[in-house]
Amino acid sequence: MRMTTFTLAAGSALALSAPAFARTIDVAPGEGAQARLQEALIVAVPGDVVQLAAGRYVLTDGLSLDVDGVTLRGAGMDASVLDFTGQQGAGEGLLVTSDQVTLRDFAVENTKGDGIKSKGADNVVYYRVRVTWTGGPKETNGAYGIYPVSSTGVLIDGCKVSGASDAGIYVGQSKAITVRHNYVEQSVAGIEIENSRQALVTDNLVTRNTGGILVFDLPNLPVMGGGETVIEHNLVVANDTPNFAPKGNIVAGVPRGTGVMVMANDTVLVKDNLLADNPTAQVMVVAYPNAFTDTRYNPLPRRVVIGENRFVGGGNDPALAGGDQLKAAFGGALPPVVWDGLGGAAALALTPSGKVLSLGLTKQGEGLDKAQPALVEVKAPRQLVLPGAVGAPPALAARIAR
Amino acid sequence: MKALLAAALLAGAAIAAAPSGAPPVNDAVITGAGFPAALSEYGFFADGAAQRPAAGVTPYRLQTPLWSDGAEKLRFAYVPKGTQARAQGAGLLDFPVGSALIKSFKLDGRLIETRVLLHRADGWVALPYRWNADQSEARLVLGGARLPLTAQGGQAISYAIPNKNQCKECHAVDGAVTPIGPKAWNLSAEWLAMFARSGRLDAVPAVARRVPLWEDRDKVPVAMAARGYLDANCAHCHNPRGAASNSGLYLGWDVTDPVQLGVGKRPVAAGRGAGNLEFDVVPGDPAHSILAYRMASLEGGVAMPEVGRSVVDPAGQAVVERWIMEMKR
Repeated sequence: MRMTTFTLAAGSALALSAPAFARTIDVAPGEGAQARLQEALIVAVPGDVVQLAAGRYVLTDGLSLDVDGVTLRGAGMDASVLDFTGQQGAGEGLLVTSDQVTLRDFAVENTKGDGIKSKGADNVVYYRVRVTWTGGPKETNGAYGIYPVSSTGVLIDGCKVSGASDAGIYVGQSKAITVRHNYVEQSVAGIEIENSRQALVTDNLVTRNTGGILVFDLPNLPVMGGGETVIEHNLVVANDTPNFAPKGNIVAGVPRGTGVMVMANDTVLVKDNLLADNPTAQVMVVAYPNAFTDTRYNPLPRRVVIGENRFVGGGNDPALAGGDQLKAAFGGALPPVVWDGLGGAAALALTPSGKVLSLGLTKQGEGLDKAQPALVEVKAPRQLVLPGAVGAPPALAARIAR
Repeated sequence: MKALLAAALLAGAAIAAAPSGAPPVNDAVITGAGFPAALSEYGFFADGAAQRPAAGVTPYRLQTPLWSDGAEKLRFAYVPKGTQARAQGAGLLDFPVGSALIKSFKLDGRLIETRVLLHRADGWVALPYRWNADQSEARLVLGGARLPLTAQGGQAISYAIPNKNQCKECHAVDGAVTPIGPKAWNLSAEWLAMFARSGRLDAVPAVARRVPLWEDRDKVPVAMAARGYLDANCAHCHNPRGAASNSGLYLGWDVTDPVQLGVGKRPVAAGRGAGNLEFDVVPGDPAHSILAYRMASLEGGVAMPEVGRSVVDPAGQAVVERWIMEMKR
């Protein structure tokens, strides 16, 4: 009797979130794949799995998913490939605009714009997805590989991105974010967290990008005030690809050879990373450099904490105006932490205390020609302000638990 | 003789049921669940090939329309008997549940597709239908289609019928499907008055500033023509509740903040869409304005709008460039 009651209760709870019989809709590559796959993504209902058989799907237009709770799953990131080399329209390869979606085990190649974008798509999971521009780093590649924006609850786990002309993994105007176990290479920015809060960036390998991991905040956007972000346990190695971003984009100003860059954010912790051979600066902390009129916007870094990181090499070929003189002045390599000098005492803390290279700018928007570089001591403050709870809700990781 | 008489009586009965000679619109198909497979199921047209509407289906035009590869577009509104659309100031008319908006696309005199927006109890649904070769029926293409066609200017194009989701990419407010065309500010005062007189609209909305007629673009101040064009062609995504909300670039008719309109605004997530340019709009300098650059492009990832066109609109391009050119620095 008790058992029956339990079963009924469980059944009705399920019915609220998903139909009684979740289906698997199988899609195979070949003739008409564009329409068949798109139709599967349209007729799916919450709880359904759209299953991509192994093979190459030759597509001409962007795909989109607008049904909550659907899983799009392939046979592996090297087995099921959505090939957009011949893409004629749309701004991205796959656009997701519904909540509770899981994308896993497939690849997206050579999209004309962004690879996969999810907008206003809460609690999205990207798991073991690959986004590649197969021709290597080129200005004509799409901007972002994996691009969740305007969302609460984002988990990006085990993905691989190569060749993005802006950021390989870009999370914008979102909160409660985990980016972990990913491999991003040959993009302008490896991982970029922009105008977002409560992000955890951990256990990633970012190498051969222009800049490894960026935490930015920009003006004139509906969501501003980025911060409360933790960057830890990452391998940020030899990000030395010349900047190939189209000018005009903020990342076009990221110097080649930047490991971690924090700009105009509040309460960011960078600790326990291995930063190796990033030739401009292993870590940079800066204000937003451009003019702006948005009165809601704070361009300065605040409460950025650099904890213990392992620094190997780096700073030996700074792509900064006057970099050669700087390098010579500091014995052949810049110190691992470079700060533009803006934001006052509240901008930056080192724990344990240490010296950083300050560029000695005195006001926001000043060019590097005004730099007055000097080594300055940055103390560990008596009371350290650290980010609170960060990362995606645990239910997102539970969705992909083995 | 008897048989003939019976036939005549039957025909008479049919005429009595639908005074215009056509069966009425099928309300149950509009409001029912599912995706009807054929356009004829709705009964929107007395003669589909001729685009002659059924009784109760009202043709309309927009002052300045969305440009779609130069296709001729035929628009119709249907409000079910006993209900009314409500005026909401100068903005979008509020169509009741059971309403439908119908838009047919013609190129070279042939019907290509008809898109319908259906107002169901749980919200609006957008569906695309593709006309067959003999123009006798249009069938649902949920997943969209590409057709080799010739654009108005004679160029060979790969014409894209949007899939159901792409309909929503433009027709969305806060993630829900919505009509975008019939805003009072983009409808003529005469049509609004006629629609109200017919009983299908509760009141004639007051419109302080109306979008000019597109044919009048050279007779009105260029800012009026350009802003009307941007409203009809861009603002359905580029508004704070639309698909491009995260861009911060807002191009609606009612926007007043120059930065939101792109003046001195840097791109955010434009990628190579920025075209190596720094600002969306540089007053006096359309050649260095990303807005004009993206309108002039045909490349996926650069071209704006992202869907719905495969050739550049020369007239729209000219008006927007002239607006930027004449803008005070």
